[in-house]
Amino acid sequence: MSVLAGLQGSRSAPGAPPQDAPSAGRRWLPYLLLVPGLLWLAIFFLAPIVLLATTSLQTPVPDGGVGAYQPGFAVSNYTEAMADYWPWFARSLTYGLIATVLALLIGYPLAYVIAVRARAYPLLQQLLLVAVIAPFFVSFVLRTIAWRQVLADESIVVQSLKALSILPEGARLTATPLAVVAGLTYNFIPFMTLPIYASLERLDQRLVEAGGDLYASPATTFFHVTLPLSLPGVVAGTLLTFIPATGDYVNAAILGGPGSAMIGNVIESRFFRVVDYPTAAALSFMLMTGILVLVALYVRRAGTEELL
Amino acid sequence: MAASRIDAEAGSDGGADLHLERVTKAFGPAVAVDDLTLTVPAGSFFALLGPSGCGKTTTLRMVAGLEAPSAGRVLIGGQDVTATRPHQRPVNTVFQSYALFPHMNVVANVAFGLKRRGQKDAVRSAREALDLVELGHMAERKPGQLSGGQQQRVALARALVNRPSVLLLDEPLGALDLKLRRQMQGELTRIQDDVGITFLHVTHDQEEAMTMADQVAVMNAGKVEQMGPPEELYDLPRTAFVANFLGQSNLLPGEVVGERDEALEVSLPGGGRALLPRSRAAATSGRVVVGVRPEKVHLVPQGADGSGDVRDTDGDEGLGDAVNDLGTGRVVDVAFAGVSTQYVVDVPGAGRLSVFAQNLGSSVRVRRGDRVRLACAPAHVFGLAGDVDLSAGLGTSEPADERAAVSPSPADADENVGVG
Repeated sequence: MSVLAGLQGSRSAPGAPPQDAPSAGRRWLPYLLLVPGLLWLAIFFLAPIVLLATTSLQTPVPDGGVGAYQPGFAVSNYTEAMADYWPWFARSLTYGLIATVLALLIGYPLAYVIAVRARAYPLLQQLLLVAVIAPFFVSFVLRTIAWRQVLADESIVVQSLKALSILPEGARLTATPLAVVAGLTYNFIPFMTLPIYASLERLDQRLVEAGGDLYASPATTFFHVTLPLSLPGVVAGTLLTFIPATGDYVNAAILGGPGSAMIGNVIESRFFRVVDYPTAAALSFMLMTGILVLVALYVRRAGTEELL
Repeated sequence: MAASRIDAEAGSDGGADLHLERVTKAFGPAVAVDDLTLTVPAGSFFALLGPSGCGKTTTLRMVAGLEAPSAGRVLIGGQDVTATRPHQRPVNTVFQSYALFPHMNVVANVAFGLKRRGQKDAVRSAREALDLVELGHMAERKPGQLSGGQQQRVALARALVNRPSVLLLDEPLGALDLKLRRQMQGELTRIQDDVGITFLHVTHDQEEAMTMADQVAVMNAGKVEQMGPPEELYDLPRTAFVANFLGQSNLLPGEVVGERDEALEVSLPGGGRALLPRSRAAATSGRVVVGVRPEKVHLVPQGADGSGDVRDTDGDEGLGDAVNDLGTGRVVDVAFAGVSTQYVVDVPGAGRLSVFAQNLGSSVRVRRGDRVRLACAPAHVFGLAGDVDLSAGLGTSEPADERAAVSPSPADADENVGVG
């Protein structure tokens, strides 16, 4: 904008002061630049949401075939869906939460090493960053399928674990909640690591020295200085992990079994197999609002005042 | 000052001695601090002065525990702390960048050290410390909302509130503008008088070191060149580096040609001849360097025929019977600076010498192009060894940008006269 303004200023007639009242075009330009994005959101976000909301309130056409619904205002779709599927909701939130905590426990030290310890070695730092991002070069679904091969009953991993009696005979890794949570954790570690890296990378090492100078042991300095200063990254990372992990259905579908299905799997089967659009839409809406409320509470709790 | 120092030593509250014993710090092949031995008496205000890269900040960081010495020992109050971590040492640092915690408000910053040591009513003590630096009303603000000078005072309060045995100041005034810097210099000296804590102050600003410290150690290339009270260092520098870095000096290479009682007779390249008191000479035979401060040199205007008027520009008596003749030359530059005037005189064979003369009104006016003889009292000259690098310490006194920004050279000259 400033560049454009400068160009226009230099083009203005000689004698006219550059601080002339901006022309109508100049005043509207920033908003004009927003139009493509707003249109995009209107078509691909707002419209589907409205569609989803109306679908979630539809009622079956009397004597109609499978998948025949008519507009209505059936709030009972929500209450019935919740009554039927609350265990899947609870499981999704639990898995999402566990995966987020695990990703944080793995991702924070990783980000710390890359951002702080490797700071003196730029080449090593870049290599480590590439290693974190590298999985993105392979599709999410393919990676999860690869995980199924790794964890399959006849895989080397499971065979060796059984040979070492770490895993009892007859036990398996696939189709267990463990496999689903492990898959979720693995898939979202980069989303956790990169924002934390970004905030630790700016960490002023002199503040850490000041902590030591003021009688704080390295551990105390970490909890009073480093961690609070990297909190924006932690908040961003946990949101980027928790939200998609809770709604995820790929991991549960590929690595899980019937006992570890998540709400995403239920919605998927309601939509595409049972062709029960209103229930699927109602479930989607409840998942969305549920996550929204939790995130809002979390961000308030994490406190913007602590985030500088 | 002396009284409060005694109090400090007697009281439990005061500072402790700091000893560095043959401390060396090498970063790979580069030696930052080379076999340094230093004693800072309890309760004194000690300045480590030197150009950037001379190892003064590394020395400070080794005292703080932020760098481990490659060899040698650090003792605080007789206790060997060489192997201890920073948080275990009874020292606090006022960092050059202040290093205030941006996520905490001012009072939490100041209370940080007290809380780590589990002191009760840490917040109340922190507020008192903030009152001491006149920032009590800013307690709830974040450091980012304060000006540079205010942040500097918070950093000082945060360190002082812990009553450390030794307070380390790492160029704490470097980022302040000239006026604020002067004010803080005064305030720091006052606070040091009040609390009696041992202050170790690192600076590249010779004026700051001289006005504030009881003792100054001039460092160059990892070694201490000379150590002592500022008056002594200024009056009798023992190396060319000290002579040039601490104030300005005219250095003239010469040869000892005779001896008289307590003085050496030295012939100078410009045809001049100087008496150099034996007690002020670092070498007593052969080639020596004769040095004299610009404000100690007097201009004696010469007639076209070479006959001189006995009066000098200052109308100053006290030259005594024996007058050193530093040579005769032509004034090539005159810079008026209010209280004094700076002359540059080109003496054939000896190069350009500078002279500062106070503007007392009765002075003879000397103009550019005039022929003058340069004279000074023998008691004011000092002798250095003949093999010194005459330009040591020149141009390194401070990072050029900073100096240029805060103090143009006429003011500089002024300061030197004031101190001398």
